[in-house]
Amino acid sequence: MFGYYLDLALRSLRRNKALTALMVLAIALGIGACMTTLTVLHVLSGDPLPGRSAQLYYPQLDPRDMDGYQPGEDPPAQVSWTDGMNLLRAGRAHRQALMTGGAVPVQPAQSAIEPFFEDARYTTADFFPMFGVPMLYGRGWGPADDQAHARVAVLSRKLNQKLFEGRDSTGQTLRMNDVAFRIVGVMDDWRPSPHFYDLNNGSYSGQEGVYLPLGTAFELKLGRNGSTDCWGGKPSDPDHMDTAPCVWLQFWAQLDTPAKAAAYKQFLVHYSQEQKALGRFQRPPNVRLPDLMGWLDYNKVVPGDVRLQAWLALGFLLVCLVNTVGLMLAKFLRRSGELGVRRALGASRREVFVQLLVESGVIGLAGGCAGLLLALLGLWLVRKQPSDYAALAHLDPAMLLATFLLAVGATLLAGLLPAWRACQVTPALQLKSN
Amino acid sequence: MDMQVGPILSALRRHKAGAVLIALQVALTLAILCNALFIVHQRLSHLSEPTGLDEANIFVIQNEWAGKASYAQLDAEARADLEVLRRLPGVADVTTSNSYPLRGAGWDDGIRLRPGQLTDTTGATVYFADEHFVRTLGLKLVAGRDFRAGEIGVMAAQDRLDPAQVIITRALADTLFHGDGAVGRTLYLAGNPATIVGVVERLQAQSVARWAADFAHRVVIVPRRLTSTLGTYYIVRTHPGQLAAAMRAAPAALVARNPRRMFDPRMGVLSFAQVRERAYESDRGMATLMGVISAVLLAITAAGIVGVTSFRVGQRRRQIGVRRALGATRRDIVRYFLVENLLVSGGGILLGVLLALAMNLWLILRFGMQGLSPTYLAAGVAVLLLLGQAAALAPALRASRVPPVEATRAG
Repeated sequence: MFGYYLDLALRSLRRNKALTALMVLAIALGIGACMTTLTVLHVLSGDPLPGRSAQLYYPQLDPRDMDGYQPGEDPPAQVSWTDGMNLLRAGRAHRQALMTGGAVPVQPAQSAIEPFFEDARYTTADFFPMFGVPMLYGRGWGPADDQAHARVAVLSRKLNQKLFEGRDSTGQTLRMNDVAFRIVGVMDDWRPSPHFYDLNNGSYSGQEGVYLPLGTAFELKLGRNGSTDCWGGKPSDPDHMDTAPCVWLQFWAQLDTPAKAAAYKQFLVHYSQEQKALGRFQRPPNVRLPDLMGWLDYNKVVPGDVRLQAWLALGFLLVCLVNTVGLMLAKFLRRSGELGVRRALGASRREVFVQLLVESGVIGLAGGCAGLLLALLGLWLVRKQPSDYAALAHLDPAMLLATFLLAVGATLLAGLLPAWRACQVTPALQLKSN
Repeated sequence: MDMQVGPILSALRRHKAGAVLIALQVALTLAILCNALFIVHQRLSHLSEPTGLDEANIFVIQNEWAGKASYAQLDAEARADLEVLRRLPGVADVTTSNSYPLRGAGWDDGIRLRPGQLTDTTGATVYFADEHFVRTLGLKLVAGRDFRAGEIGVMAAQDRLDPAQVIITRALADTLFHGDGAVGRTLYLAGNPATIVGVVERLQAQSVARWAADFAHRVVIVPRRLTSTLGTYYIVRTHPGQLAAAMRAAPAALVARNPRRMFDPRMGVLSFAQVRERAYESDRGMATLMGVISAVLLAITAAGIVGVTSFRVGQRRRQIGVRRALGATRRDIVRYFLVENLLVSGGGILLGVLLALAMNLWLILRFGMQGLSPTYLAAGVAVLLLLGQAAALAPALRASRVPPVEATRAG
């Protein structure tokens, strides 16, 4: 029966090409706009470390003085060197890492490559196992290297490609800022999006090229990138950031169970009380412990424009659907005669209804196909944009499926009213008037 | 004009679904159109905001030093660079700063009016400047004076920000002193007092992001050269017509003086036109997108009106024939369908105005947008009315060509 309905649908659609084309085009435009914006939203609001993110936490403390104090205010978004080091040494989490972004001048041994600045991350050893960083060669450094301020480095796959043409470079030496570093590892492709562990230099920025122990970078006074917030009326002094009343580092902790997270939060409160007793902190303890996704939410990393565009596209789809309902109503009612004949020949209302719904489904499917092409075009245009997330805008299989489900589902929904109205025709009346 | 609305209304009541759908479509389109165009307007008006600079003749160089040097050495290097740039043909003047308008990053600080004050009176962008800054940027002093060469100090990043004199923008002066004279008064910057020696008419902040919109033109200029291994900017003003040549010559001349430096391939040397383009890329993208969506929406709504009105005409051919046979002129028939469309779209527009206001309220709450201006609502209403009438015209004309003899046919 379905095959027969399909045949009828195709015949009917062919009979009035302009109206069919108009309906398909309206659905396609609506679906294209919707899927483009929803795909961008989907990519941007995704989980950067699926399977791990629920165990990663971002502790926040308030170490500031009373200047400008307002109760209930959010604690700073980063930690100071002293607090970061204290939390690190306390070792109350399964794993923990203290880090900041930076930039180092790379001086390749090969004369063919000019010196250049490379984005760097200065961090502690747990960074690699905690975030599950995939390694192509070698491994990250250990806690002993952190302690010793070892001259060791991990490179990104991309930088290793540029400097060593992709060969295993572990054990080799690389000069950066006039200091020789031993390469201990090369990472495999890894680009968590958003760039969750440090949101200061663009939420969707690409991966750093060089990873160095934090202590080493500090000792060598390597250049830092990121935001620094200070209090006490003194500007930050890059040479004495370890004692400066400033927050400028990111601290991450891995806590495997909610119970451990609750205990850790208690520990943060105790720590704040202790620091207040010591006179370092002046404000009442004000701690937060968002998990990874909570931290992204709090920072509203998905740009407002992207959300606005998605809502707009949904509104656009709604107009397209209302339009399609109107056109389908016109089309189905115009065929009252034909439907009357079918009814008179014994087709039940139900059968006529299903037949018309199949016809709407076909329109939806055609609209979905055309909409998919428009969405691909839209995403291509998004990728041409200069924003730091542009390169991420790709359709994945889930969104591909969603496109067709949305197109067919929405069109079937749009077809309900016209099909119902059309199968209300009284067979006898139609036969007579024709 | 004698047009009975009564029969039209009763005809509409008999074919509710089509009329309701058209009205709904008109309403949704009006709501989206008004708000989308209003967003476009806001983004574009932001785009043409003047920085206060002589933009046509200015370019900026971001100089990064490779290798290590003391702060004193860095300052000597910077001053030597400035001399080299000043001697280039076509160059009118050169200055150095930590940032510049529309760069997107720089130094923002709180401004207070009394020493013991607990919270900031306002935030402001801090630009570091030498005695060439005001002239190079082409700023207009509206009160007081420019910095004197003797007032310019050197400041490393760890030093206290405690200039004895500052120049501020009129926007900041208005915020702090509400129109009373600012020159000679004191403000507190990073807790330290500074005397205002001059007021410039206009100078934009480093950030054009929405969080900075409140203090977009509140700026403090401090007489200091900031020495730093990262982020030293040379701002160059050329004579008219010399910009391109000077932009090519400047990096080469700097490298010739001291080769241990790097220019970022993307941000190293930018004309101010490029700076402006970068700063407003996302706003322009959003405006384009909204414009395209609005145009397509209008096209779809028009197509829908044509489709449904054609259907109504087809449905009522016999009725039209009867009216024609009874003496209705072709004009009467056209008028009938146009008035019918006017009633339907009118209903849609009433609903649409409510929807547009509701949507605007939601945008204000959710995205911090401004209140929709009535001009946009009125323009949207006019556009949709005209569009509706234009779309109904073709089917109405077709209806008027139905011959009276149709009355005798079955159908």
